[in-house]
Amino acid sequence: MTNVPETARTSRVHIRLVIMQVLVFSMLITLGGRLWFLQIRNGAEYYHEAKSNHVQRVVQPAVRGSIIDARGVALADNETRLVVSASRTALMKMKDKGKGVMTRLADVLDMDPKEVMDKVRLCDSQTPKPCWNGSPYQPIPVTLEATTQQALQLRERPEEFPGITAEPTAVRRYPAPGGARTSQVLGYLSPVTDEEIQKAKDTDSPHLRSDQVGRSGIERTYDRQLRGKAEVTSYEVDNLGRVMGQTKSDPGIAGSTLVTSIDARVQAVAEYELQDAMKVVRNETDNITGRKYEADSGAVVVMEAKTGRIVAMASQPDYDPNAWVGGISGKDYARLTSKSSNYPLLNRGIQGMAPAGSIFKVVSASAAVRAGYKFDDKYNCSSSYSLGGRSFANFESKGHGPITLGDALKFSCNTVFYALGHKEWQRDGGLSPKKDAHDWFYRTAREFGLGSETGIDLPNEVTGRIPDRKWKQNFWKANKNAWCKQGKRGGTYVEQIAYESCLEGNQLKAYDSINFAIGQGDVLVTPIQMATAYSAISNGGTLYNPTVGKAVISPDGKHVEMIKPQSHGRLPIGAKTISDLDTGLRSVVEPGGTAAWRFGGWPMDKIPMHAKTGTAQVYGKQTTSWLATYTKDFTIVMTISQGGTGSGASGPAVRNLYNAIYGLTMDGKPSPKGALLPGPQAGLPRVNPDGSIDSPEIRPYVPPSPEQLEPPVLAGPPPTRHD
Amino acid sequence: MPTANKFSVSRYAPERGAMAKLTARDSVVRRLDWPILLSAIALSFLGALLVWSATRNRTSLNQGDPYYFLARHALNTGIGLVLMIGTVWLGHRTLRGAVPVLYGLSLVLILAVLTPLGATINGAHAWIVIGGGFSLQPSEFVKITIILVMAMLLATRVDAGDLAHPDHRTVVKALCLAAAPMGIVMLMPDLGSVMVMIVIVLGVLLASGASNRWVLGLMGAGASGAILIWQLGVLDEYQINRFAAFANPELDPAGVGYNTNQARIAIGSGGLTGSGLFKGSQTTGQFVPEQQTDFVFTVAGEELGFLGAGLILLLLGVILWRACMIARETTELYGTIVCAGIIAWFAFQSFENIGMTLGIMPVAGLPLPFVSYGGSSMFAVWVAIGLLQSIKVQRPLSA
Repeated sequence: MTNVPETARTSRVHIRLVIMQVLVFSMLITLGGRLWFLQIRNGAEYYHEAKSNHVQRVVQPAVRGSIIDARGVALADNETRLVVSASRTALMKMKDKGKGVMTRLADVLDMDPKEVMDKVRLCDSQTPKPCWNGSPYQPIPVTLEATTQQALQLRERPEEFPGITAEPTAVRRYPAPGGARTSQVLGYLSPVTDEEIQKAKDTDSPHLRSDQVGRSGIERTYDRQLRGKAEVTSYEVDNLGRVMGQTKSDPGIAGSTLVTSIDARVQAVAEYELQDAMKVVRNETDNITGRKYEADSGAVVVMEAKTGRIVAMASQPDYDPNAWVGGISGKDYARLTSKSSNYPLLNRGIQGMAPAGSIFKVVSASAAVRAGYKFDDKYNCSSSYSLGGRSFANFESKGHGPITLGDALKFSCNTVFYALGHKEWQRDGGLSPKKDAHDWFYRTAREFGLGSETGIDLPNEVTGRIPDRKWKQNFWKANKNAWCKQGKRGGTYVEQIAYESCLEGNQLKAYDSINFAIGQGDVLVTPIQMATAYSAISNGGTLYNPTVGKAVISPDGKHVEMIKPQSHGRLPIGAKTISDLDTGLRSVVEPGGTAAWRFGGWPMDKIPMHAKTGTAQVYGKQTTSWLATYTKDFTIVMTISQGGTGSGASGPAVRNLYNAIYGLTMDGKPSPKGALLPGPQAGLPRVNPDGSIDSPEIRPYVPPSPEQLEPPVLAGPPPTRHD
Repeated sequence: MPTANKFSVSRYAPERGAMAKLTARDSVVRRLDWPILLSAIALSFLGALLVWSATRNRTSLNQGDPYYFLARHALNTGIGLVLMIGTVWLGHRTLRGAVPVLYGLSLVLILAVLTPLGATINGAHAWIVIGGGFSLQPSEFVKITIILVMAMLLATRVDAGDLAHPDHRTVVKALCLAAAPMGIVMLMPDLGSVMVMIVIVLGVLLASGASNRWVLGLMGAGASGAILIWQLGVLDEYQINRFAAFANPELDPAGVGYNTNQARIAIGSGGLTGSGLFKGSQTTGQFVPEQQTDFVFTVAGEELGFLGAGLILLLLGVILWRACMIARETTELYGTIVCAGIIAWFAFQSFENIGMTLGIMPVAGLPLPFVSYGGSSMFAVWVAIGLLQSIKVQRPLSA
């Protein structure tokens, strides 16, 4: 080795060494580049990821705020119950997917094992209820009604029940004070879904996995205020979840209390009377069809006329909102969403639509005045109105001769409005409308708030429908093909109608306008729209957005945020016309008026009563009963689908409501039971210094006995016809 | 200096005292490659800190003593330094004579792993437990013996001036000698080490001046072999999963992808300056498995940030750069080949180790030279440093 060659380096080896060197350093540069990319360019992202990695959040859900009525009676509150929950993640890790644990659990809880397993499965489009539609990482309540004994059994043998917890938990309760369920108005809660968590992530009220969210009614509208903020404690944990330290605690805030304008006592009366009225008419025979009245659904709205606040709102069929608490059972859910139960989840007060019938005539009378007809001129109330060989009859084909518009309201004369509607249609150009057609009737209906939402603070209000030229055109476009297919010249009635509709269904015909003038045909309204409009007549013309919420009171009682009545416009008529309408509607309850027989003995001098009856015809169904009434303080609108006439079906219920509100007997004397609400509830319930609100005692509504219902001797005999 | 070293230049110099000898201009100490040595020491020191940080909370590993791994790492580094000095002392040329013995010894050791003496750690049956908490991973030493045995075979006739480049016969012989231990390691199975050895063989062949056909052929054979293995399903599922998870860690975030995902989070969260030693939440929370060994780089990334992790890359770069220089400046092919083998080894092992923590390479159980905790690896890389130093030191001054 002494003769080391001076250079053993061939150029081949030299080049290869250089190549190697280049390769080696490109590797190092690759690493450096990647390091820069991870740490400098995307560093912040990983920083946050690392943060969330080692932090375990323990959520103590906020107690949801109560919903109380105008006097402080709880309509929705919370109670502490022993809740048994199952951790789905823990169960799914087991070999048998938790079957053994759940079977043992069902045994302890006296439940069917299948029911337990159904409750912890996840909802998807194919899974019937019960199922869990909340986050799979959140403990799923199996029962809210565990006894102390059962909870102890579970806690004493934790090794037999891995993933199962039994904790006292605040659970929503709908106590139905005095029998006032207020079901559809209150709404219900269900667990938050992953989608909603994602959606609310960056808003100022993000959801937690444990949240229950209001799904309908005021639980939904005021969800943010009622929900409060959960207490979140963040613990620093290691990879095994061992707590290494508490990083921060985000103090929770209990949900605020929502004061509503509902009066539980009036609500109870409204619910009882609505249901009772429906029961009564189901025993009455419909002269037209010869069948008993179906009375399939109904609604009643009691509103403060001067503010638009809802005092009571009942909808039939109804349901017990407690069915939703702790996850609805399959049976209950099927019942609540089936056709056979006629969809009790619907709030018919804001979601029930029907032709308005004669209670629409206040709109028609106003339209006529706007079109230039004098309110007090005489218009012929003939027994029928002919149009192109077709005869449009007055109700029971009775004529009254020439009468004012006020009397036309009093007698609910159709022919007066037929003629006005027809004339206006002609003036607007008939089948070939003028460019600047006034369309007074349709325009006035819209300006009374019909065909659009009233803006009530309840979700999913429907708009109803005003069948003007534009609607006709659109409706025809959408249905033309179907009509043309079905239509047959000279076929059955339906086929003939379809045939005609196919040809010229886009035209606003004369009979459309005639029908519209008495609230028939394609027009659809909701009880809340009519209540808003009649309140406006009562209060001098202001259309208020109806409200159920009255104030939000912070949990400590220190902050009170009033929900002020807001208006969405004024009636399109002057004070004179309003006062004329007022007089006309008052005459409806006076002798000779269509509602007089239901208001015998009412102290008109002390509490002037106004009303309008309506009996709307719906093709293929029995008539819809409407009764719109108001005093200076309250508006009550009631409707019963397939319930018969306005005064006949709804009259007694509305009268009983007024009697209870004002504390009157049938002969107009003060009732020994006292008045529930002689005037609108002005103030808020008193808040104690500790933030609590005292709930006044509430007695269930005792309906008047048959003797108490004996009507006083009328000024005359009951009218032969009542609309 | 030992008098036994007959080839020392200093033998012909006037007699001097020990101190004077060490500090003399021509002394071994002066001629050592200090950048390499200092870089290696710095890496080992950094490694000690990082290993300490990663293990001081892992009570299940450190037997309750937070300094356990720190002390062991320091001890390993000390032994490594001694091994390096020994290697320089003996000199790579002296070792050349002992290569057949070393090769035989390493074969015996890895065969012993396959006997009941062997132990399985982290899925690889690659260890011999010595006792007293010590265990040996012979495949680390095999890397050195493969380099040495191939270098000896390939360089002999070239260094003697007989041939310009190794002929085919020699290359075949060298490949066979390399393949034998690799086959055994493959049986353990310690795929990571086999990968490194393949790259070492490539580096050695490249530097030996063997025909291009051999180099390209071997690469082609490696590629088609990999495809064949994949297609035939020879690999266990966990090995395939590892690969899939590297490509997409979200594939199985709780399983195989967990390591890569947590490693990436740890490094990424470090940012420019890191969270500071002992302050990384990923590290203190023990979110990254195997953090003191294969994933030690994540500690640097999280706690020392881009600057600290970059420093590790820089120090590795210095070692590799100097090694390249030594390889190019050495006059005998034997030294060049040894250098090239070591470069291939260090470069690939570092790239694979760091690359897997950064999510650009599949996960393989390979330590990061000097930094990762592990005696065998530490000893082997320090011996390699010794070889590099020896090649530099024993280069004639005039060259």
